[in-house]
Amino acid sequence: MSNEEFLNMVKKAIVEGNKDEAEQLAQQAIAERMDLNEVIEKGYIPGIREVGRLWEEGEYFLPELITSAECMKAAMEIMKPELEKTHITIRSAGKIVIGTVEGDIHDIGKNIVATILSANGFNVIDLGADVKLDKFIEKADEVNADLICLSALLTTTMTGQKKLIERLKEKGLYGRFKVMVGGAAVNQKWADDIGADGYSENALTAVGAAKKLTGK
Amino acid sequence: MIKTHRPKLELLSNELIQKIIEEAYIILENQGVFIENEEALSLLRDAGMKVDASSQRVKITPQLVEESLLSTPASLKMYDRNGETEYLLGEDEVHFDPGSSAVTILDSETQQERKAVTDDLIRFSHLTECLEHLHFQSTGILSTDVSEIVSDSYRLYIGLLFSKKPIVTGTFRVEGFEPMHRMLVAVRGSEKNLSDKPLAIFDACPSPPLKWSNLTAQSLIDSARAGIPSELISMGMTGATSPVTIAGTLVQHVAENLSGLVICQLAKKGVPVIFGGCPVSFDMRRGTTPIGAIETMMIDSAYAQIGKHFNLPTHSYMGMSDAKINDAQGGFETGIGTILAALSGVNVISGAGILDFIRCQSLEKLVVDNEICGMAYRLIEGIAQRDDPIALDLFKDFTADTQFLSMPHTRKWYKVEHTFPKLTDRDPYDTWISQGKKSIDARAKEKVTELLRNNEPPLPDKETRQALREIMLSDAKRNDMSSLPEISFP
Repeated sequence: MSNEEFLNMVKKAIVEGNKDEAEQLAQQAIAERMDLNEVIEKGYIPGIREVGRLWEEGEYFLPELITSAECMKAAMEIMKPELEKTHITIRSAGKIVIGTVEGDIHDIGKNIVATILSANGFNVIDLGADVKLDKFIEKADEVNADLICLSALLTTTMTGQKKLIERLKEKGLYGRFKVMVGGAAVNQKWADDIGADGYSENALTAVGAAKKLTGK
Repeated sequence: MIKTHRPKLELLSNELIQKIIEEAYIILENQGVFIENEEALSLLRDAGMKVDASSQRVKITPQLVEESLLSTPASLKMYDRNGETEYLLGEDEVHFDPGSSAVTILDSETQQERKAVTDDLIRFSHLTECLEHLHFQSTGILSTDVSEIVSDSYRLYIGLLFSKKPIVTGTFRVEGFEPMHRMLVAVRGSEKNLSDKPLAIFDACPSPPLKWSNLTAQSLIDSARAGIPSELISMGMTGATSPVTIAGTLVQHVAENLSGLVICQLAKKGVPVIFGGCPVSFDMRRGTTPIGAIETMMIDSAYAQIGKHFNLPTHSYMGMSDAKINDAQGGFETGIGTILAALSGVNVISGAGILDFIRCQSLEKLVVDNEICGMAYRLIEGIAQRDDPIALDLFKDFTADTQFLSMPHTRKWYKVEHTFPKLTDRDPYDTWISQGKKSIDARAKEKVTELLRNNEPPLPDKETRQALREIMLSDAKRNDMSSLPEISFP
């Protein structure tokens, strides 16, 4: 099998959302001592880009999108130890701490956003749902995040987003981390009102918005 | 006379109902549910259920579910604030109320959503009071001129002041129950009176899949002990937080609702529980939760049928729209939902006034929806045999000149057999032109103003008002709010 054929298989595995195949190809790349950087840059990443294109065209819906993003994530997990061993650093689009704010246990929307962001090259630290505000700040500080993403589905918990920004200001950390908000209850006006740096309506626009905010 | 047939919609075969219930029982017994509330877990542990303390997961046996179903009443009665008018919740009785939990109100001038303040809540409750087909009110909008911490109790406070209809409400914090319960007791005079004549229903939503949060589990327990009926609002999103198939989502819905019902019965045996929900057909393209989707309504109608199979009172969020203004979509989604809900015999139908995925309440829409509810009531009355023979007598003297307008039979029955909408356009074209070519939204806006101007709000007596205000004020003060927005009583 030529290198090109291998890369095409990688791409195909991601586009088709075939997790077994995506993982197995990652293992094969390691076993055969291939150039992992090339495998990622010319196989996996073009795959997820194609998925994005199919979404834009209306061919792919959320189940396809999420399945492919999860394949991507699984393959990257397999290659991660090897990449670290060989000191290859994959260009990260930025470090993101994400979670659903305190009092809110709805995290489906946040999960979609986290998956898509991570598939698009962001280093995503997902804190889960019902996350205490200080936890966001501690974690962002600890990992030196570029961006904090806050989700709130409930109207009663969206105020948590506002409080987080207030708390960042109190601690003199406002500006150090960019803050992006989202969730069913939230809109652009709310984001502006509370002084958030960004807002996105859905997972796909979140990628563009996050890239703009991290400037990477 | 032949007995009038009550028109009825049943989407599921008995066989499929049995299968869905069977699978729900298996899930409760094998996978169990997560309950993030120690009190609920200990109730279940005491009932002999296997509780895994570290994961807060509990497995519920079919025997306990059966026992809990047996002790739950098949119906209950709600009473208005005066304790006079009574409403049966059970069988195929239908009661409409405005959809609850909107965060915004549609501004009738700008046609944009905006945050609501006290005055909007007052107009909303007062308007609900004026609309005859809405039997219940709901704490349907958040007021942003009070601290968000007390937004649950404040909604109830305003509702109890400006409408005497029974109220559908719920807590946003564990501590919210106490002041809200005290307000209800203040209206009824005593805890016993409140439990004898329920005035409020408390909604409690499990978190799909199969989880009760601390807040919602506590609400079930607190409500049960106070004799307040809980409405179980399971809310799976197909393919996202519940199985993608409608039948699959129904399995999860039944399992979640039954686990809630078990908690209620363990907290207080015999307390009424309403089998409700707000599931949606998740939009796989946009990641949104359309309540106006036909599949959403199919899930609603079907779980209500299963609730009836259990012999329980039922509820659903139906008769709402995802449209952003009062346009054709706003009307057709609401119309379809309202009619399907009524035909399904859902006892409490929450939806009127709602736009934009339950985010927005519109007073104009509330008035329009009231009219849709009126149509639904007429529909489910069915077609009656009024006379025997039905029509033969009317044709006795049949000639070429026969007409029916002046017949006594017509005068006797026309107002019984036919309804007369107040807002729907039935004018000839020229009349419509001469009256300003108004859309239903424009007419509704005038109607809102007219109703609020011509009807005094039915305020409780001064003593009760004072008591309610004190409870609200002390709740506000406990939460760092020193005063409440000024309310001017007419």
